[in-house]
Amino acid sequence: MSESKLELDKVSIALNGKQLLTVDSSVGPGEVLTIMGPSGSGKSSLLAYIAGFLAPVFEASGGVFVNGDDITPLPAERRRVGLLFQDPLLFPHLSIAGNLRFAIDDRSADKASLIRQGLDEVGLGGFEERDPGTLSGGQESRIALLRLLLSSPNAVLLDEPFSKLDSQLRAEMRTLVFSKLRASGLPSILVTHDQADADSAGGEIITLEQ
Amino acid sequence: MLRWASHSLLILLAVPILLGTLIAILPAFGYFPTLGGTEFSLDAWRELVQVPGIKRSIQISLLSGVLTPLIALALVFLYLASASGSKLDNWMRRLVSPLLSFPHAAAAFGLAFLIAPSGLLSRLISPGLSGWERPPDLLIVNDTWGLTLLFGLVVKEVPFLLLMSLAALPQLQPSKHVELARSLGYRPTIGWLKVIAPNLYPLIRLPVAAVIVFASATVDVALILGPTLPPTLSVRVLAWFNDADLNFRFLAAAGAILQLGTSLLAITIWLCLEKLCAVLWRFWVATGDRGTGERLVFFSGRGAMPIVLLVITGSLVALLVNAFAGPWRYPSVLPASWTFLHWTNNFQNLLTPLLNTLLISVGSTLSALVLVLATLESERQSGKLRATAMWLLYLPLLVPQIVFLFGFIVLTESMRWQGTMSLVIFGHFLFVLPYVFLSLSEAYRQLDPRWSQVASTLGSSPFKSFWRIRIPLLLAPCLTAIAIGMAISISLFLPTQLLGAGRITTITSEAVALSSGASRNLIAVWAVVQLSLPMLGFLAALTVPRLLWRNRTGMREIR
Repeated sequence: MSESKLELDKVSIALNGKQLLTVDSSVGPGEVLTIMGPSGSGKSSLLAYIAGFLAPVFEASGGVFVNGDDITPLPAERRRVGLLFQDPLLFPHLSIAGNLRFAIDDRSADKASLIRQGLDEVGLGGFEERDPGTLSGGQESRIALLRLLLSSPNAVLLDEPFSKLDSQLRAEMRTLVFSKLRASGLPSILVTHDQADADSAGGEIITLEQ
Repeated sequence: MLRWASHSLLILLAVPILLGTLIAILPAFGYFPTLGGTEFSLDAWRELVQVPGIKRSIQISLLSGVLTPLIALALVFLYLASASGSKLDNWMRRLVSPLLSFPHAAAAFGLAFLIAPSGLLSRLISPGLSGWERPPDLLIVNDTWGLTLLFGLVVKEVPFLLLMSLAALPQLQPSKHVELARSLGYRPTIGWLKVIAPNLYPLIRLPVAAVIVFASATVDVALILGPTLPPTLSVRVLAWFNDADLNFRFLAAAGAILQLGTSLLAITIWLCLEKLCAVLWRFWVATGDRGTGERLVFFSGRGAMPIVLLVITGSLVALLVNAFAGPWRYPSVLPASWTFLHWTNNFQNLLTPLLNTLLISVGSTLSALVLVLATLESERQSGKLRATAMWLLYLPLLVPQIVFLFGFIVLTESMRWQGTMSLVIFGHFLFVLPYVFLSLSEAYRQLDPRWSQVASTLGSSPFKSFWRIRIPLLLAPCLTAIAIGMAISISLFLPTQLLGAGRITTITSEAVALSSGASRNLIAVWAVVQLSLPMLGFLAALTVPRLLWRNRTGMREIR
């Protein structure tokens, strides 16, 4: 298990000269930092900045450190920062195994057994050849989480990942996601406007103003 | 490397066309070193004004250049005003792409076989209705004023302008605005014409300009349907260019510049018409009239489009019947027997042009596709929107083909590049590129950016995301763009004819060459081959993604 740390050093984002937010915080291994705020407060832009694909119309500054290294000069694909979106975004042209294989970077790994083991762990054993379009919402979310974990990130970003699930499924997914992240020792940042998400994450909470 | 793509796209388009146009001016004023013309003179122009019937040739070119877009646009607007959202509209939307892929030359031949004095239509009404026992002595096809040419061009350009309008309409939210107009008491068709039409027109101005230039300067359609004594200006220029006496080249060059002037004049007339219409429109809107003329608009709009469809279908039937007809006495509607003889007799002759056609269309389309994808991908990665100047993309459609091809030939002759396969492919590439770009850019820009973002957070490089994610997700639009590009290439006549120096033949160049004097059956065989190639392309573009993604339900909603 990787024991990594994510630090935001005076990260600040502006749009058309208007300051949207400034965050200065540190997230330890297995911890979740929750950022709450109304839509338009720039919380999704913060995740885009950390992940490395903030649109050029925004002006952003500040350092993002993973285990002491500033990742902001790196292109998105070399930052090793995983991201869960509102939608599971399983690639529709690939099978479940194809989606998972896409995430595994290690050429020497035994991909097939990694995938089999991962699917068993999220309760979807034997789903390798399934068409993502035939999965239920909860199953899709679990595959999206597994895909993220298989890409062996150093930090994880969660962009309102539970907002589109119905209430029962939402509670179930919260428990699964946070326990997995804690078990892997990954620092995470959760963006949400649902207080229950923040409570379940159980870490520091930053509330942004409009 | 990608950063250069959009620049090279524009350079590859603009330089040959602008340079070609400029160079065509030189021989028109006597400068053509390879033919001994080393001093500037006005001899070619003096000769040109004395060519018998030259005034008539210009008039016919102008007439079809202005009336074709006018009639076609009126039909499209009346149709959209009266049929938006109807069952007919659903049908038309599905039919418009295959209609567009009907090559100009094949459509022209089909129309000729349909409406000629001994054509299908005349046989249908004879002798019962008309009393004709033999074909009437009428000059329908190749009529002196080019009315059949005009008719053929209108039928061919209606689907083009319709497709362009349908592509532009969604951003205007027509149903919302028409509903609003209706709530103010306007009849829907009148509301459409008053509210939507003035906003739609500016969006399709460039395609309309392309129609003006094409209609005033077409060679292949004019060769088949146009007048012969005298023919249109463009046809005469080609004849002078191909004359065995090379000194005619000077006259041809002057004629090409005159053609450029004629097309520009047609555009100028159109711009005046635009102003006039804008004034009339404003008056009409200011009257606040809510329903007058509604029936007229409704029935003309709903009636005209089925007639266009019928004409195109009739042309197709006329071609097919002629291609398989045995002995066929006038006025029998159908031949006495059917035969494959026209096909088996010609199989040998078809082979080389067929292979050339495939090679040229695949070569030009794939190179265009690579360049277009590189441009769109670099645009996406840089995050900057539409650095590409749109009007430059229309350049190959806005300069009459014969003008810049002429200059281009002067250039390539001195480089000994003329008459080679690579030059013909390059020439086709210039015409294919805009269509590939126009058909692919919307789909590419609108693909959800999060697909690439997910891929990059999973550690995938832009290169890997492009090949493993974007291309598969955009496979259907890419294949459609390939089918459109190949259809454009297959239908091209003049670039093959001029750049190939007559040594490289395609199905289209051979079919058009047959127009003077070959038997109808023979022409029909070539025309059927010519039109089935793009049809097969569209069929493949439609079925391949369905087969490939048959177990991938999510691919049906991808956009």
